[in-house]
Amino acid sequence: MLYSILIYGSEAVVEALTEAEEGAILDKHYDLQGRLKDAGRLGPFARLMPTTAAVTLRADQGETVVLDGPFAETKEQLLGLYLIECESLEEAVAQAKTLPLEVGALEVRPVHFYGLGVLPEPAPEDSTY
Amino acid sequence: MRDPAWLDAVLATARPRVVGALARHFRDLDKAEDAFQTACLRALSSWPAKGRPKDPVAWLILVGRNAAIDALRKDSRLTSLEEEPADSALPDVEAATIEELETQDYRDDILRLLFICSQPALPIADQLALALKVVVGLSVKEIARAFLVTPKAMEQRITRAKRKVAAAGVSFETPSLAERAERLAAVSTMLYLLFNEGYSSAGDSAHVRVALCEEAIRLLRLLLRLFPGQSEVMGLLALCLFQHARSKARLDAAGQIVLLEDQDRGLWAPYLIAEGRVLLEKALLKGRPGPYQIQAAIAGVHCAARTPEATDWVEIERLYRALEQVQPSPVVTLNRAIAVSKVSGPAAALALIDPLAAVLDGYLYFHGARAALLEDLGRSSEAAAAYRKALALCTTPAETAHLRQRLQDLEEKSATLSD
Repeated sequence: MLYSILIYGSEAVVEALTEAEEGAILDKHYDLQGRLKDAGRLGPFARLMPTTAAVTLRADQGETVVLDGPFAETKEQLLGLYLIECESLEEAVAQAKTLPLEVGALEVRPVHFYGLGVLPEPAPEDSTY
Repeated sequence: MRDPAWLDAVLATARPRVVGALARHFRDLDKAEDAFQTACLRALSSWPAKGRPKDPVAWLILVGRNAAIDALRKDSRLTSLEEEPADSALPDVEAATIEELETQDYRDDILRLLFICSQPALPIADQLALALKVVVGLSVKEIARAFLVTPKAMEQRITRAKRKVAAAGVSFETPSLAERAERLAAVSTMLYLLFNEGYSSAGDSAHVRVALCEEAIRLLRLLLRLFPGQSEVMGLLALCLFQHARSKARLDAAGQIVLLEDQDRGLWAPYLIAEGRVLLEKALLKGRPGPYQIQAAIAGVHCAARTPEATDWVEIERLYRALEQVQPSPVVTLNRAIAVSKVSGPAAALALIDPLAAVLDGYLYFHGARAALLEDLGRSSEAAAAYRKALALCTTPAETAHLRQRLQDLEEKSATLSD
């Protein structure tokens, strides 16, 4: 079974950390990554850019509206995510617009850095819905 | 967050919002700062044992308000922590306060606090010192070190500045749309000046002053989180990120300035550049270009070039032309002339800046740029004279050292030629 770990926190607090404090946090991440990689169990992971770089797409009376800033509702839940390679934010937004918006909203946020991990491609029967 | 090391970061992050709210509550900066200080002391003694409250900001505002009221009631500002009951029933009232706070427009509290520090009646250096003290929460000693003055002189400067802003009487009412726009513009200018204060430094103090750049970026991020649709704030943050990305390459081991074309581009921070690019794109998509967005675009073109030769000077020249339209100034024209020299040669550039001689006579970079153009044209004695004029205007040892080197190289070159 594949699991995701979603990381929440105050980006302002993280920005205010000293280099040593941030280093101590990153070390724990590197530990986890190293351990799982050695065991062949590390999947893709990513650190996101600050929310000031994000936009949010919502449906408004049949139209898609693009709002500045992050998704900030507490009444809806994070359901899934994509990592996609795009030339620009505009292109990323265009790709996101092809997804259904009836369910809620889509936040498009650039990725600070990412790793692919070492997991093999899932077998075809595992990737069906 | 059990680690007490995080406490400092949490308190520092909470500061602008808490002091902003307390300043509105007390209508007094000093009282707000004192109350915040007291609340932080309580937090430091209570949070590590009891755990961080769910909403640290609300907790601090509430404790700060109560502490100030208690102090007033006892007619003494020296009430010590020990005299307080151990559990002043604080977290219980937290929920009610959070609800109250959320209905208020706290964005305006933070903006107002920044705006109070950006009063045009204050000299620039005082605006920056005040912002670092009140909004960022640096100590007088730290600010004094960054501005290369004694703590005593800085203390006096901040006291004087506070008196002036109190006299200016910034309204504590919710601002109108026009007022909000005016405040955003004034605060943006102040934050850009704060960034430049750190960025323009070199030599021994450079490592201390680079912290000013980081504070400016942090405050711009805060401002943008509060006003996420402001394209000029996006542009300004992008501009600062592009410039800050080059900071490791800007000074050599001796603290001397390394010109853009001589910098080791491998030392540029790719992550900051990437973030700047996204912010700039986001801003430009809104179709309301302004001076910060255009300047960011120019910095972005430099950042996109892997080698100096790969710089798209045609685009830079076009962008400076756009900047001249929205914000005409002799300095902008001077910068466009640099781009023109790369695209069309030094003669065309010189023709562009010669008419500026009268207005820019006291401007170091005018003479520096003119000297370089004259040197390129082989007009050595005029170039040397211009270098000397520039040298006379230098304010930092790094600039002096750089220009003296250029002058010396020129003199050696002309000596060899005349041999």
